[in-house]
Amino acid sequence: MALSRPEVQVRPRPLRTGGPRRVGGLKLGRLLAFAALVALSLMVLYPALWMVSTSLKPDAQVFAYPPRWIPDPVMWGNYAKAWASAPFTRYAVNSLLYAVSVTFGTVLSCSLAAYGFSKLRFPGRDFLFLVMLSTMMIPGLVTMVPQYVLFSKLGWINTYLPLVVPSFFAGAFFTFLLRQYFMGVPNELLEAARMDGANELWIWGRVMLPLTTPALATVAIFTFDGAWNDYVNPLLYLNDERLYTLQVGLASFRSANDTQWQLLMAASVLVLLPVLLIFFVFQKYFIEGASLTGSVKG
Amino acid sequence: MSRASSPPLPRRQSLNGRQREALWGYLFIAPWLIGFLCFVLGPMLFSLYASFTNYDITSRFDWVGVRNYVQLLTQDSRFWKALSNTAYYAVFAVPLGIATGLLIALLLNQEVRGQRLFRTIFFLPKVLTGVAVLLLWLWVFNPQVGLINTALYRLGVNENNLPLWFSDPAWSKPALIIMSMWAAAGGFMFYLAALKGVPRDLYESAQIDGASPWRQFWAVTVPLISPVIFFKLITGISGAMQFWSESLILTKGGPSDSTLFYGLYIWQTAFTDLRMGYASAMAWILLLITLAITGLQLWFSRRWVHYEGEVR
Repeated sequence: MALSRPEVQVRPRPLRTGGPRRVGGLKLGRLLAFAALVALSLMVLYPALWMVSTSLKPDAQVFAYPPRWIPDPVMWGNYAKAWASAPFTRYAVNSLLYAVSVTFGTVLSCSLAAYGFSKLRFPGRDFLFLVMLSTMMIPGLVTMVPQYVLFSKLGWINTYLPLVVPSFFAGAFFTFLLRQYFMGVPNELLEAARMDGANELWIWGRVMLPLTTPALATVAIFTFDGAWNDYVNPLLYLNDERLYTLQVGLASFRSANDTQWQLLMAASVLVLLPVLLIFFVFQKYFIEGASLTGSVKG
Repeated sequence: MSRASSPPLPRRQSLNGRQREALWGYLFIAPWLIGFLCFVLGPMLFSLYASFTNYDITSRFDWVGVRNYVQLLTQDSRFWKALSNTAYYAVFAVPLGIATGLLIALLLNQEVRGQRLFRTIFFLPKVLTGVAVLLLWLWVFNPQVGLINTALYRLGVNENNLPLWFSDPAWSKPALIIMSMWAAAGGFMFYLAALKGVPRDLYESAQIDGASPWRQFWAVTVPLISPVIFFKLITGISGAMQFWSESLILTKGGPSDSTLFYGLYIWQTAFTDLRMGYASAMAWILLLITLAITGLQLWFSRRWVHYEGEVR
């Protein structure tokens, strides 16, 4: 029941413009709203700007009181110093490989399953779909321990297999999301291809996927973002320092340098940059996806 | 297609087409189905069984009946501590998070200038996540030179009364809740889409009846977007019940277990103490609590959630 609403939300549809239109006190109301928004934006931006400011400070100014916003001199060298004080390049390569493989596996497997659930009829489909929906309610903490047992019995500890392999088995949430988009593709288009003798795999790859690239991009971006920022799973499964991802590497860098805030903040900015870059380039998909996934990610 | 030449049996032919379609269907959902059996259902059944044992992943795996559950509920004070910390967090973080997102959406819905810029800014907390941002919060909450205490000091709070945040058991959870509100700003998109769907004439007729903006908000806006609020409430509480990895990085559960959340206690029990059976029992209790809360919310929702069909 809780899940019936987003189904309505998920269909890509143009936003209707305009909300409540007040007749009296319109100008004053808007001015107040604008002022409130500016104040709230500052509160959102403050910590982020503080991070950049700290990352550029010389040692002595980090703990200066009152805090100064513009460092003097501006220490661009902090970035190089932070990056060099731990094997961050290696961590970055690991993170990138991890995020790219998980994204590939998720988009591939979820779009296959979503096609099956949306465009093919088979006995038990609705029941299985219901099963899939209900798995979204299961806390991840319930499967965390037994999955660890499974992967350790398989001898997969200290490899990337436990992190990557499950992504090739269509997670419920993104399958559900793609299914909602796929439902919106007219059956006539698929029927036409079937008439020409195309098999379902061809139709999936040549008709469905090209028609739903915005949805696939949303799934890809959110999966990449999730894997890039994942801390718990790499921490659980990887012991060898050479296998660390940026998140685990950053956390262990912190334990080693917990007073060198200018270096910690410089490293943090560098870790955030790729995702920030993706956000600014693909903002449309990000924001569209967020109104769909925001609910689940909290 | 090969059946086309056989005697006129259109039913049989369509059955074949249907069978072929069904076969494709099973092939397409196979990734999900296999994943469900291997990574969800199988592990869950194993975990259920393990919760009745003293499993420790290496040597012991003996049936102990309900001992784990009895011990958790009657003798384990850290279990209750973790549960109450988690409840504390959920009770404040979920409503405050909803209020933050809704407030921003309401303001943006007033057709103010600079929509695009505001949307980008308020969306940033959704993008800025992970360990880097947690370290930033550690720095922002730094008792001596952090942003928050500097601001409080300027507002006139006595130097000796400034909160120690993550170093003080009384302030560590509020710090985490403030952090979660910042992150919740990004949720505005969800409400804004719902607000755009509220028919304008309802406000007009409310104004004719002389309803104040405050009254309009409670009598028109809230009922009409209640399905979205309800959805956020369900997923928000379920998410808050599983809030813990932040405390693993920020505080390791301290000071004096004040940020020992339920998930963190499971993590420590399973992977530090290797008491897999005991941790499994905890996980199942969490599942039952989550289901019970969701069920209660569904039951209560009939009193306050309005679906479009009923209004129009």
